Amino acid sequence: MLFTSYEFIGFLAILFLLYYTVCRKMQWGLLLVASYIFYAVANPLYLVYICLTTLTIYGCGIVMQGITNSSKAYLASVKDTIEKSEKKQYKAMTKKRKRRYLVLCLVINFGILLGVKYTNFFIANINNLSGAGLTFVNIALPLGISFYTLQAVSYVVDVYREATVAENNLGKLALFVSFFPQLIQGPISRFGDLSKTLYIHHDFDSKTFFFGLQRILWGFFKKLVIADRVSAGVLTIIGDSNRYQGGYVLAVLFMYTLQLYADFTGGIDITIGIAQALGIEVKENFNRPYFSKTLKEYWRRWHITMCEWFRNYVFYPVSTSKGLQNFTKFTRKTFGDKVGRRIPVYLASLVTWFATGIWHGASWNFIVWGLANWLLLMIGEEMEGWSDGLNEKYNLRTKTGFKVFRVLRTFLLVTALNLFDCYQTVGETIGSFFSIFTAGNLSVLTDGSLLEVGLSAADFGMLIVGVIVLLTVSLIQRKGSVRELIATKPYAARAAIWGILIVVILIFGTYGIGYDSAQFIYNRF
Amino acid sequence: METLLEILKGLHPEVDFESEDGLIENMILDSFDIVTLVAEISDKFDVEILAEHLIPENFNSAEAIYNLIQELED
Repeated sequence: MLFTSYEFIGFLAILFLLYYTVCRKMQWGLLLVASYIFYAVANPLYLVYICLTTLTIYGCGIVMQGITNSSKAYLASVKDTIEKSEKKQYKAMTKKRKRRYLVLCLVINFGILLGVKYTNFFIANINNLSGAGLTFVNIALPLGISFYTLQAVSYVVDVYREATVAENNLGKLALFVSFFPQLIQGPISRFGDLSKTLYIHHDFDSKTFFFGLQRILWGFFKKLVIADRVSAGVLTIIGDSNRYQGGYVLAVLFMYTLQLYADFTGGIDITIGIAQALGIEVKENFNRPYFSKTLKEYWRRWHITMCEWFRNYVFYPVSTSKGLQNFTKFTRKTFGDKVGRRIPVYLASLVTWFATGIWHGASWNFIVWGLANWLLLMIGEEMEGWSDGLNEKYNLRTKTGFKVFRVLRTFLLVTALNLFDCYQTVGETIGSFFSIFTAGNLSVLTDGSLLEVGLSAADFGMLIVGVIVLLTVSLIQRKGSVRELIATKPYAARAAIWGILIVVILIFGTYGIGYDSAQFIYNRF
Repeated sequence: METLLEILKGLHPEVDFESEDGLIENMILDSFDIVTLVAEISDKFDVEILAEHLIPENFNSAEAIYNLIQELED
C-alpha cells in the first residue's frame, strides 16, 4: 500500500476516525492492528520476519532487565559492606551475563538481515572471484527490514546499556517495531524517544491534527509533483549509460539530487504528518541539508536519525573498544600525540562508513559511496586547521559570498556522490562521471536534447517552479515553522493556500494520486 | 579539573570551557572530538569510558565531564 495511493488515504481516514472515536480508549492497540494490516497487505509472509525480530528483542530485553534489577538490588543490600574492587568485579560480571543475550539477539537479527539482503551479493562475488557458478537464491526482501532492524537493535542495546527500561508488554514493543508510518523508510526512532507519546492517550486536538494533515499534503506535493515528475528523465538517462554520456550525466546529477531530496523528505513529511495527526512525536530526519557549508555539517542535517544510529551503535562502540584504545596508545607512541590520536578515530570512522554504505544496499556501488564519503570527510578534517587559519586571516567567515561558495561546494560534492546511487556498477558510475569532462557534448544541456529523455518543456517548467517553491519554503523555515506562519493569516488566505496546494497535487502530480508510478527511493534500502 | 581543562583546551583553544555549558547542543564538540577526548581521559585518569557513557548530558560542560570521571573512579 503506497503512501500516495487512494487505498492508503482510505486506510488513514478510517484509522483517524476510529482512533478518536470508538477506539479512543485503546489507541495504541488500534495502531498495532493497523500497522500489522499495513504490513500484511504488502505480503503476509513478511509478518513472520517482523514477529521474529519483535519476539527476540522482547525476550532478550526482559532477561537483561531481570539481570540488571537483581544486580542493583544485590548491590543496594551490601552497599555498606562491599569493597570497591568487589563492586567493580560484580558489575563486570553482571555486564558479561547481559552481553550473552545481547550478542545472541544481534546475531539473530543481523543474521536475518544478512540472509535476506546480502546472500545474492555474496554469491555474486564468490562467483566472480572463483567462477564457482553458485546459483542465486530467490528470497523476497521484507519491506522496511533495514529500517526496523536498526530500530529493534537500538532498543535491545539501550536495554543492555541501561539507557532504557525493557518493555514488559509484548504488544507495545511490537508497535514500536512496526509503527506503520515509519516502518518502510524511517525515521529510525529510539525507544526512549518514541515511547513517550506512542502509548499514551491522545484527545483530538484540531490544531495538531490539521497541522499533521498539512504536512502530509506538503509531502504529497514533493513526491507527486516533483520527485515522480523528474524520475522519468532520470530513469531514461541512467538506463542507457552508453548512449547518455557527458552533458546528460551532468543533467542527471542535478535531476537525481532533486528527485532524492523531494522523494525522501516528502516521504518523511508524510510519516511525521501522520504521526502528528495521531498526536505522536517522531523525530525530525532533515534540517535543510542543502544549506550545509561542509560535508560534515551535511551529515548532521541529512537523514539525521540514521547518522545518529551509526554514531551511537557503531562509531562510539568501535572507538571506545579496548582494541582501539590499545591501538591509540600504540599510534601515539609511534607517531606522536598529534597524528597518533587521529589515526584510530579515522579507522573507527572508516568502519562506520563502510557499514553505512553496505546498509544502503547490497552492491559495491554503495560500499564505494560510503568510502568516498569517509575519504572526503577525512580530507575536510585534515584541512580544517589550515582553512580556519585562512578564514581568520582574511576574515572570510562573515563574508556572504564565501558562505554561498561553501554551500555550493558542499552541494556539488553531495550531488557528485549521489551518482553512485544511480548506476548499477562502480565502473559505470565513474565512467559516466568522467564523461562529463571528456564527451564534449555539454551543448545537450541547451539545444533541446533533454526534451527527448521523457520530460517535456512543461515538465521542466514545473520542476523549476517546484525548486523555487522548495527553496522559498526552506528560506522561510530558517525563521520558524511555515505552518505556524500560515496559521496567523485570515481564514480565507489559509483556505486559499491549502486549497491551491491540493489542486496543484491533483492536477500537476505526475499521473495523479493512486498511480503506482514510483516506489519511494528509500523503500528499496 | 585542571587536567581536564587542559585536555579540552588542547582540542579547542578558542572555547571558554569554564563557562560553556552547551558543548554538544551548540555543536562545539563533535563525535571526533568526543572519542579523542575519551582516549585522553582514559590515558590521564585511568578510567574506562564506554559507548553507553557517550550521551550529551555527560559531555555538555567541563563540569559534566568531570562528574562522569568522578563517578567512574568511584
